Amino acid sequence: MTAKTNQKIAFCVFRILGMLVVGLLFWILGFIIYNGIGVISWEFLTGYPTAGMTSGGILPAIVGTLCLIAGSSIIAFPLGILSAIYSSEYAGNGKMVQFIRVMTNNLGGVPSIIFGLFGMALFVNTLGFGDSIIAGSLTLGLLTLPLIIRTTEEALKAIPDSFRTAGLALGATKLQTINRVVLPMAFPNIITGLILSIGRVSGETAPILFTVAAYFLPKLPTGIFDQVMALPYHLYVIATSGTDLEASRPMAYGTALVLIIIVLLMNLLATALRRWFSKKVKTH
Amino acid sequence: MKLIKRCIERIVETILTAGGMITSVIILLIVIFLFKEGFGLFNSPSVEKGYSLCVNTENPIEKLNPFQIKEIFDYEIDNWKNVGGNDEEIILFRFEELFYRYSDEELGENDEFLSQKLGEIIRATPGIIAYLPTEYLSSDCSGIKVLPEAKISVGDFFGRKEWIPTAIPAPQFGVLPLILGTLWVSIFAIAIALPLGLGVAIYLSELAGEKMRKILKPTIELLAGIPSVVYGFFGLVVLVPLIQKLFHLPVGETAFAGSLILAIMALPTIITVAEDAMQNTPRAMREAGLALGANHWQTIYKVIIPYSVSGISAAVVLGIGRAIGETMAVLMVTGNAAVIPHTIFEPVRTIPATIAAELGEAPSGGAHYQALFMLGCILFLMTILISIAAEVISKNHPQRKGI
Repeated sequence: MTAKTNQKIAFCVFRILGMLVVGLLFWILGFIIYNGIGVISWEFLTGYPTAGMTSGGILPAIVGTLCLIAGSSIIAFPLGILSAIYSSEYAGNGKMVQFIRVMTNNLGGVPSIIFGLFGMALFVNTLGFGDSIIAGSLTLGLLTLPLIIRTTEEALKAIPDSFRTAGLALGATKLQTINRVVLPMAFPNIITGLILSIGRVSGETAPILFTVAAYFLPKLPTGIFDQVMALPYHLYVIATSGTDLEASRPMAYGTALVLIIIVLLMNLLATALRRWFSKKVKTH
Repeated sequence: MKLIKRCIERIVETILTAGGMITSVIILLIVIFLFKEGFGLFNSPSVEKGYSLCVNTENPIEKLNPFQIKEIFDYEIDNWKNVGGNDEEIILFRFEELFYRYSDEELGENDEFLSQKLGEIIRATPGIIAYLPTEYLSSDCSGIKVLPEAKISVGDFFGRKEWIPTAIPAPQFGVLPLILGTLWVSIFAIAIALPLGLGVAIYLSELAGEKMRKILKPTIELLAGIPSVVYGFFGLVVLVPLIQKLFHLPVGETAFAGSLILAIMALPTIITVAEDAMQNTPRAMREAGLALGANHWQTIYKVIIPYSVSGISAAVVLGIGRAIGETMAVLMVTGNAAVIPHTIFEPVRTIPATIAAELGEAPSGGAHYQALFMLGCILFLMTILISIAAEVISKNHPQRKGI
């Protein structure tokens, strides 16, 4: 009898905890959406910040974040995919690949502020790029590499070996097999990983603090050596160090909402793509 | 034709191999650059470059450490006997004071009498300590003793409790409060997140129906996806005022606010890793538990949790790793006071928050800049150690040992 009541109590607690986590998410999202939705307007999305960032819009920050997404994707996508192809298709199962995997894991655990320090030391100072889109993109690109490598590797591993042997048996070389058989099949899952990495890039603040982000710069970038504003840093600035914190609160809510929408969109897109592709594969 | 094909294949293979090495190369580069900049700190003079501290020759003091210098210039120490000298009052002399004492004519049109006047002042005042640019030290050194340039020492860096990087003339780089602040906030965060996360992991892996899983899994993914700056903002406008009101504190920006936010942020990591570990419990083990007459809950805490304890420990370690390195959220809600905390309801300052807050103002190449890189090195080593610990712990899994 006591065992039964114990079980009842314990399970009840776990259920409540489960609900609590869902509730937590809805609390945070709900709070930001509730306060931010009224701020979002066409002017907010396409205007420049005015009056000490207490009114106006966030266009430069949106454009800046898009630049950083594009820049870091150009750097990280090919590198990450190449690295994943090597360790899952070529490296075999020896000490080498284990070492690489440990290193990738370690890199994934390195805090983003360390990437910021590193980016500042290497790209901004040593290579002399200054605070620029290229320095920020490189830093963010390196930051997302472990994520891309891991998801791509998983996507490649999910392809059964029989497909590879079939390709080889038909007289294709290893490279042809990878190129024509393995990669196309793994493509949907690889794309999912890439989209998630974009979500990560758009929200990171610490790595761009010292490599690209501008406090206030009401113009659009003209080249890769320009500084830009970025959404997450803009949110940090108007939330903590604006000229008039109370007056800039609505702007902060709006910026947070835009940021969350981008991240949510990326997550939803990734999930939807995964579902859609897996259905497609099944019908084949 | 075949030859070309083979050549291409070879080239591609080489490129791929190089690509495979990329993460190792990046780690190597991070180590090189962080440590190169960071270790310069221990070669930096403890007072600003180009400046010297001078005393009267009659003063038996041979050297002062950075902490003593700071105390003297803060008027905390006002007698030479407190730093091992004679019983003589300390008289501070800052370079700017020269311009109050003498008119422009007396100093000469091109400051040609400047060093001479400095010499006179120092010779005339037995208890003086003067802080001045080295270039103005008079060529005639009689009566003036220049204190030897001390280097910032490793012991001071790790052992001191004062982090005052902008103090003049001797900045204080004691990282103890920062390291303790980081650990304090992170460990308390895990203490909050672990029971919660473990409960949710048990629920997900053992109790939840298909429908509930379909809601919970994406929820956890989304929680992990929300940018840290948004968490920080949420903490700043919701949690901080709430904590201030609930506990009647003078300020709401406390270690507790940081721990709460970090706990929420570490939850997804803990839940995912712990749930994975529980799901990996072999069916035979569960069934053995149930067959012995244990009910579901007894099976969970007598069989499944002990079996997956290594996975759960790995979850804890990874959660701490996530919390230690977190920058923006902590920076926004912990109040950033560089003092050793005594309770959880005081402001603290963590290592990442210090770097983020101060690097922008530290002149490149200076001691402050180098000290921040040194902090980066410490943080980097901490996280690498944590990664390795997590790896080792999950390798200790009974299944892999063949038990």
